[in-house]
Amino acid sequence: MLLKRVRLDILRDYGTSIAFIVLFALLSITTPAFFSARNLHNIVDQSAHVGIVACAMTMVIIGGCFDLSVGAIFAFAGSLAAIIARAGYTELGIITGILVGLILGFTNGIIITKLKINSFIATLATSLMIRALALVMTGGLLIVVTDKNFATLGQGRFLEIKYPVYILAAFIIFSWFVLSRTTFGRYVYAIGGNQDAARLSGVRVELIRVLTFCLTGLAAGLAGVITVSRIAQGVADIGTGVELDAIAATVIGGTSILGGEGAIWRTVIGVLLLRLIVNGFNLLNVPPFYQGIFQGAIIIFAVALDTLSKRSR
Amino acid sequence: MTPTIHVECINIGKRFDAIEALVDIQLVIEQGKIHALVGENGAGKSTLGKIISGVIRPDQGELIVKGRSVHYGSPYDALADSITIISQELSLVPKLSVMENVFLGMESQRAGVIQKEVIRRRYTGLLARSGFSLPADISVEKLRTADQKKVEILRAIARNAELIVMDEPTAALTSDETEKLLNIIRWLRDSGKTIVYVSHYLEEVLRLADTVTVLRNGRLVRTSSANEETPESLVAAMIGRAMTLAFPPKAAAVPDAPEVLSVEDLTIPGIIEDISFRVHAGEIVGLAGLVGSGRSEVARAIFGADRKTRGEICVNGKKVKINSPKDAIHAGVVLLPESRKLQGLIMTMEIGKNVTLPHLDTLSQASLIRGRKEFRETSDLLRELDVRPPEPGLRITKLSGGNQQKVLFAKWLFRRPSVLIADEPTSGVDVGAKQAIYKLINSLAEQGMGVLLISSEIEEVIGLAHRVYAMRQGRIIAEVEGDALTEENVTHAVFATHEGAIHK
Repeated sequence: MLLKRVRLDILRDYGTSIAFIVLFALLSITTPAFFSARNLHNIVDQSAHVGIVACAMTMVIIGGCFDLSVGAIFAFAGSLAAIIARAGYTELGIITGILVGLILGFTNGIIITKLKINSFIATLATSLMIRALALVMTGGLLIVVTDKNFATLGQGRFLEIKYPVYILAAFIIFSWFVLSRTTFGRYVYAIGGNQDAARLSGVRVELIRVLTFCLTGLAAGLAGVITVSRIAQGVADIGTGVELDAIAATVIGGTSILGGEGAIWRTVIGVLLLRLIVNGFNLLNVPPFYQGIFQGAIIIFAVALDTLSKRSR
Repeated sequence: MTPTIHVECINIGKRFDAIEALVDIQLVIEQGKIHALVGENGAGKSTLGKIISGVIRPDQGELIVKGRSVHYGSPYDALADSITIISQELSLVPKLSVMENVFLGMESQRAGVIQKEVIRRRYTGLLARSGFSLPADISVEKLRTADQKKVEILRAIARNAELIVMDEPTAALTSDETEKLLNIIRWLRDSGKTIVYVSHYLEEVLRLADTVTVLRNGRLVRTSSANEETPESLVAAMIGRAMTLAFPPKAAAVPDAPEVLSVEDLTIPGIIEDISFRVHAGEIVGLAGLVGSGRSEVARAIFGADRKTRGEICVNGKKVKINSPKDAIHAGVVLLPESRKLQGLIMTMEIGKNVTLPHLDTLSQASLIRGRKEFRETSDLLRELDVRPPEPGLRITKLSGGNQQKVLFAKWLFRRPSVLIADEPTSGVDVGAKQAIYKLINSLAEQGMGVLLISSEIEEVIGLAHRVYAMRQGRIIAEVEGDALTEENVTHAVFATHEGAIHK
């Protein structure tokens, strides 16, 4: 009995890491193209936008909420950056895009805490509005940016490694640090674990919650701008499904959807595992249609493990 | 006439992981009797009740019901033998009506269509038989806890239960509600039902039960007739040594001690009105009253957890503005809330993080938590309060109820407040932990802290407090102190009988 429970806990804590290592080893052995600097760099580079959003999403989920609007913010911020850059203000476009993400996230936070609307529903609604605003703003058209400088953020390299990889790494370290070392991080765990007890402990629950949504907004803005810069064009329908990828990565990593428990390293493994599946399927020439089946099964498996290990506790 | 044996346990044993919940239990439960199971938290009394009613399967031993060996796989199997359980937590469907809950799973139907009129006739018959009065169509969530218990009892009767296991049925009830419930239980026995009564209220058990079985650490200590036992003899059997339920001696209140807390005219219309009182340094002041009298609301209003309409609060003689718990903590007033799990601790966090949550401002620099300092100071405090084990990194869920409660004390004593408001500080802890908490509260007062103690157990208030305010319907209606501070006087004051009006 005891042994079984310990095993279940280990599986929950390190199951995703084990799956990641196994898949990594398997792909290294079976496909020579996999274990090359070029391919590995690609995997991380292609994980950048989802990875950045997922780190912030992890904080929102630990705090007991969801943010479904990150995909829409991603598109709005990216499109706005492209419009401003096309007008000749490249740097201003990039900065504005990121700041607009922050402002939209702040708005989400205010709606959720002041109007006391469930975060799932509130961000579902704002996601529709923000996506629509992006369509209005772009007129549904492709915003092509010809300035080479604009593409630097997404395509430029330093020491052979693309900028988005550095940005991802910096964002992971930043999130990990904030969550595990600062008072803010501790309060995020507290409000997700028990909102009433946190309030009675003097934690300013609403402020902390708003700040977590500011972070997802900022992350979505940043990821959107990086993506637009990478393809050198803005369009209102990019970033669809980013919110689901980010939530999936968080959950696969083992962060509890009930809030109060989780960690950034878990999400990083979740993001990489999801990316590895896509990459492996491509290299093995499996039709991409099957990817969803595999990814969905992993999500069910991860959440079932979490529930089982909680029940046996 | 020799008594009939209803249920017999032969060598029953049960393990949960590494813990032996029950070992070699030999027990005979006679038909038509109230058989009480008592013991400290974790002694195995609830587990035994659940085994008898089929909720849990024993690992070892044999259960014999009416002379027949049975192996229940679920509560439904037990129900087939007319055995049912009323568990500690309510097991009703909140949105459904009283009648729907009573007949849940056994509705009268024809071709799958529920026949409401037939059910209604059955319900009226049931009320006539039991002598209860409960409206059929009100939804259960709107009922008071005591009435919800009645619904569960009606359901048990409707299912023709002959043996009902009741696990701490009075835990959430006020004293007058408890009285009513005890009468109902006696009536059930007199109409031939067998009752297995699990409780840690010893006085209640002795007044009610015919037979008492004491459990300790999963082992059966003895089964005896209730009229041969006293609360002291039961406690001695429960903890394995003689121990009186005595309160530590009160330190004499210092006559000219300064006021650490004074509350003037505190009001939330319709909830609490014109609350004025004071607490001196080194003084334990009790706030007595029935559940719903506004005791907890006063505590929450002072602490800034609920918005007050008006009222002035002074701490250490200085007027303070308290609009949130944060303000109160900084002013030196802390609240140990009523419910440990819902309001007190964050069950997903470790022990240490729970302790320091309100005090991170003193443990951080520019928002960075100083981990080593946090660990050191938390470890010291846990050791001082005798939390077992005193490991800040352990999950709070790994601790027993009593130790969790001590962690809650650690959380609020970390910053040495001027005033500690303790709302039901001993709820859900066993006798040993209760003693430790009494001693702790006493020593805090000796060190000069002002304590406002709220408790439903009047003997606890009497035993600890220097002075008691009695509350009723949101108002302070009496102040009792000195020689007048007796259980009788406070009870009278709380129920607002004539003799209670001693002061004011």
